[in-house]
Amino acid sequence: MSEFLAMGGYGGYIWGAYGVTFVLLAIEVIVLLKRKHEAKA
Amino acid sequence: MTTHSIKWFWFASPHTFYPLAGTIARVSAALAAIFAAAGLYVAFFVAPTDAQQGEVYRIIFIHVPAAWMSMFIYVVMAFWSALGFAMHTRLSAMMARALAPTGALFTFIALWTGSLWGKPTWGTWWVWDARLTSELILLFLYFGFMALQAAIDDRRRADRAGALLAIVGVVNIPIIYYSVQWWNTLHQGASVSFTKAPSMAATMLTGMLLMALAFWMYSIAVALTRLRCEIAEVP
Repeated sequence: MSEFLAMGGYGGYIWGAYGVTFVLLAIEVIVLLKRKHEAKA
Repeated sequence: MTTHSIKWFWFASPHTFYPLAGTIARVSAALAAIFAAAGLYVAFFVAPTDAQQGEVYRIIFIHVPAAWMSMFIYVVMAFWSALGFAMHTRLSAMMARALAPTGALFTFIALWTGSLWGKPTWGTWWVWDARLTSELILLFLYFGFMALQAAIDDRRRADRAGALLAIVGVVNIPIIYYSVQWWNTLHQGASVSFTKAPSMAATMLTGMLLMALAFWMYSIAVALTRLRCEIAEVP
């Protein structure tokens, strides 16, 4: 498992890329669902 | 001319498109989750380690699809803007407005993941080469479109100003796409093109296409949900 997370020494770059992408998409969805709820759409 | 003959305009009315948009958004969201799960599985467990770059190349599975979406969403946004500009259809302007934040988001993701890929492979986070610079300009075009829309209170004037910016800015898209051919860039050439066979392993290509489909479905789901908000918020 730790070997998988290490990604041959590139773990920081890979998880930094995937992590930020996932967080940003999640934020967009959360903000949008809040707006949808308020707009009663 | 009777109204029965112009079915094309039936869904151009926000009111009639509203329920259909909801259905398409729900189906797209489910498909996005399925494609993302399959794509991530291929990206991390099926695709082999790259002979030259080692594991770090796995950033490609989000970097390239995000870059594709950033350009494609802009073209769609410019298309709806042009249609709204010419035909004065309310839904077209709403569609353009609904797409902009997601396009900006994918542009930022393309730049961010590219930076995290550039550091270990090129030795730098950023370089002012044609591909990177034109993609940064794309981000500013999205920001400009959204800022212009937000700054003008009159909805119709805001839509026309935004549409004009979107249409003029579309010239940047071929510049991004062909930048790696026109200029000597640090950025590598296209991995997948319409004219020649892909220069990568089949499993790598599969992973990339699955992630592209996931981003595609995500964009449809999010943009149509935002469109429903736009419609519902009209006073």
